[in-house]
Amino acid sequence: MAGLEKSNEPLKTEMRSESLLGRTQQVFFSLDNNEEKMAQPFAYEVDFSKSAEIDAEDLNTRQINSKLKHLLTEGYGTITIKNPGAKHSIGVGILNRLNLKIEGSLGYFGLGLLDGPNVTVEGRVGWSCGENMMSGTVLIKKNAGSTFGAAIRGGDLVCKGDVGARTGIDQKGGTIIAGGNTGAFSGFMMQRGRMVVLGDAGNNLGDSMYDGTIYVGGKIKSLGADAVESETTESDEKWLTDKLTLYGLVDKLNLSTIKKVVSGKQLWNYDSLEPSEKKLVL
Amino acid sequence: MGENKDIDHYLKSDGVDSEREKMIGQTIGYRYDVNLLPDLSRLTPFLKKYLDYMGWKDLNWLEDIHMGYEEGRAAVFDRNINGWVTVPPDLKLPDNQQERDMIARELLVKFQMSDNHPLVALRTAYGKFD
Repeated sequence: MAGLEKSNEPLKTEMRSESLLGRTQQVFFSLDNNEEKMAQPFAYEVDFSKSAEIDAEDLNTRQINSKLKHLLTEGYGTITIKNPGAKHSIGVGILNRLNLKIEGSLGYFGLGLLDGPNVTVEGRVGWSCGENMMSGTVLIKKNAGSTFGAAIRGGDLVCKGDVGARTGIDQKGGTIIAGGNTGAFSGFMMQRGRMVVLGDAGNNLGDSMYDGTIYVGGKIKSLGADAVESETTESDEKWLTDKLTLYGLVDKLNLSTIKKVVSGKQLWNYDSLEPSEKKLVL
Repeated sequence: MGENKDIDHYLKSDGVDSEREKMIGQTIGYRYDVNLLPDLSRLTPFLKKYLDYMGWKDLNWLEDIHMGYEEGRAAVFDRNINGWVTVPPDLKLPDNQQERDMIARELLVKFQMSDNHPLVALRTAYGKFD
């Protein structure tokens, strides 16, 4: 990657004879001479004990997010946003460690693309909260809209109340927890990770899920294609107890009624066979 | 683990085991147990410091990181570059998956925090914001 520079030349789209080859990452990295750095090179060094507040009442989304970033550059590690007014796209793209408290509700697409922060929202959130989250923790104290945690890849995304439809659609990792009910098509095309629903689940739970695990404490209205119930194990129970204890939800956990839903793996198609060859295999 | 395989199974063989895998010529599924519950008592000192630094009480995103195997080498998958980072060849691996996973997590965090990580060059070249 060294020497990579931005070019304004148009991309050449002609056919190429050069084949694409993989490159080992060892040329970039050695364990021996690496310092014990805890943050990415472009992250801001912040102090959790240094705190600040943002009053968002008269600010628009861009101003709030700019102010947030400015405080990070000044080393503030604990930030409170007051009067967020359910504005959209607040707290998106924070790639830093940070304790962020939001005193109110968020609109659509809040807290997306997070990589590192620990966020608490005192109110509700709209559609697609925590979309594409990479790491960190998000705790919503009230309810959340649809597509909660869409395409999440890592971290813990927790809603203490009910969540809408398509929760964890295309989930690729991490943990989504709903303290209440979840709507239809939750876990749709889930590929990895864990989802916990302590209330009831709507229609087509886990439809076309490829992998991953969904735990449901209440009733399941119906399972989607290729989603099947499986037996919970001691490891499942330990993980559930430990994780829910972290977020104050363990009181709602009833291990005797919890159901575990996984992929039936009938839709798996890992091979690169020709259609005629596939017929032979299947 | 779903099946009791030799811990070095994917280092010693190509991992093509079942009839269907043999027919299609490749492994189906992960080459490690994605559902292995991490044993937090085996955290490395570096990982303890990292979790404390980030303010997390468990492994957070590192729960999904496991030691994998790529072309006969132990490796860990880095989602930020969509590729495998191989473990240094002189590193002796423990004989259990739990400790191997912890090594994989430490290696991955150190790699991602390194100034030489490919994302740093990509960000310099293509980043739209400071």
